[in-house]
Amino acid sequence: MSPPLAQAIEVTRRYGDVLALDRVSLEVGPGELVGLLGPNGAGKSTLINLFTGLRKPYSGRVMLSGLDPRTPMARRHIGVAPQETALPGSLRVGECVDFVRAHFPDPLPTGELLERFGLATLRRRQTGGLSGGQRRRLSVALAFVGRPKLVFLDEPTTGLDVGARHELWDAVRAFHAEGGTMLLTSHYLEEVEALAKRVVVLGRGRILADDDLDGVRRMAGLRRVSVTMRAVPPLPGLLKSSAEGDRTHLLTADADRLVRDLVMSGAEFRDLEVRQTSLEEAFLTITGAESGDLVPAAS
Amino acid sequence: MSLVLTHARYQFLEVVRVPIAVIGSMLFPALSMIFFVVPNAGGDPVGATYATASTVTFAVMMTCLFQYGAGIAEDRAQPFEPYTRTLPAGPFPRFAGRLLTGLLTTLLSMVPIVAVAATLTEATTTPPRLLLAAGTLVVVSVPFTLMGLAIGYTLPSKAALAVAQVVFFPFAFGGGLMSAPGQAPGFVEAVAPFLPTRGSVELMWAAVAGYPVDPLAMAMLAVWIVATAALAVWGYRRDEGRRYT
Repeated sequence: MSPPLAQAIEVTRRYGDVLALDRVSLEVGPGELVGLLGPNGAGKSTLINLFTGLRKPYSGRVMLSGLDPRTPMARRHIGVAPQETALPGSLRVGECVDFVRAHFPDPLPTGELLERFGLATLRRRQTGGLSGGQRRRLSVALAFVGRPKLVFLDEPTTGLDVGARHELWDAVRAFHAEGGTMLLTSHYLEEVEALAKRVVVLGRGRILADDDLDGVRRMAGLRRVSVTMRAVPPLPGLLKSSAEGDRTHLLTADADRLVRDLVMSGAEFRDLEVRQTSLEEAFLTITGAESGDLVPAAS
Repeated sequence: MSLVLTHARYQFLEVVRVPIAVIGSMLFPALSMIFFVVPNAGGDPVGATYATASTVTFAVMMTCLFQYGAGIAEDRAQPFEPYTRTLPAGPFPRFAGRLLTGLLTTLLSMVPIVAVAATLTEATTTPPRLLLAAGTLVVVSVPFTLMGLAIGYTLPSKAALAVAQVVFFPFAFGGGLMSAPGQAPGFVEAVAPFLPTRGSVELMWAAVAGYPVDPLAMAMLAVWIVATAALAVWGYRRDEGRRYT
């Protein structure tokens, strides 16, 4: 059996006194589309930096198809789009692609890549003169230049408007449809819900959950009770309430009890609805994070 | 090897796309030829030849200090630098490409100096000596390249630019690059042999006109090369350790 495309075994990484990753083990197999979720500082980028050979683990092992990512050989089959858009401002779009192409044995033709990411008309433009969204798109496109087996996308659509984001998702799905594997981090939960089949939740340097989308939602074990009412009375077991238009969403571990208490309180309400939680709510419960750490995508 | 050339090619493209950088390193030495050398020594073949060699050394130092010192410090602050490390190549091609780019830029900055010297002054030399001077140029660029690397890898970009500017003038003046051999003010003549610029310019003088070099200046040049090399290696390792381990 061939080794996994990417594998971390009991990996620990510190920055000074800060423990960024604490005995993390993770395997990514061929064809998987893994979403890596976690609040700021959870260790997502550190994990990607280890997989892409930028950093060394303090203990444990990181491998790409069984090889140390710090050897150039091991990186021949990966593509990387870093969190911070990385482009030399004075080079033209086509030149950036050609520069990256020179590093790979069998790269995509420049024209085809630019076409795929909607950049064909910008080929002669210097990257410094592009809009933020166009630069972001090019930065993500560069990850696909070398016909990678495995792509690491760190917050790929940050700063893109809805239309551009959906276009990029289509390119990502096409890559996956051709058998491509991907590890993706995102601040947009909608993005992980839309793209990832498997979700890994990272918090304070540890893996808190590693399951398919539904599994992660279930793991939180939460229900969302939505009602239309003027004022919510104090209810035991209410974890969080939020308003959306005239609707109030109440998050709880025990929906039956909450509804009973709500009825007993005598307060007037209508249109009661009980639902499974969204990934966002599950995520907040698992990591114990503040909701300010995440941006539910506005679409 | 082809990757080294690829890196050099795109880095050179980046340099020439910011015309002011190229114009600066080509124009400044040319202007100093026109304003100082042509009126003062233009008519005297020996003086003009020495002064041209001085200006060449001056241009080499300037290009190296700014190209490497300020350039590397600025690149280190850009996210593109770590991105290139995720490509399937080690750090070597980018580094070697940088040195090639620096050397090419240095050679380019020679063009206007030699053109002014040939057309507007009586400076003369023989083809073998010119060839020798070209070789010496590469040797002379070594201490300044190392100095630039040391600045670039140890300092943040704004500090690197300031330090390059601060270093450059006293070295040029103190090394006697602004005057003919033996014609500088007394205190300059006294400190000159201890500066890397003096050893370098003496080598250039020796190449174009057979100037007898001062052993003290040569010894000090060697010391400078060793010291700046140590600083550059230390800086490079420290940078690697901080950002890539």
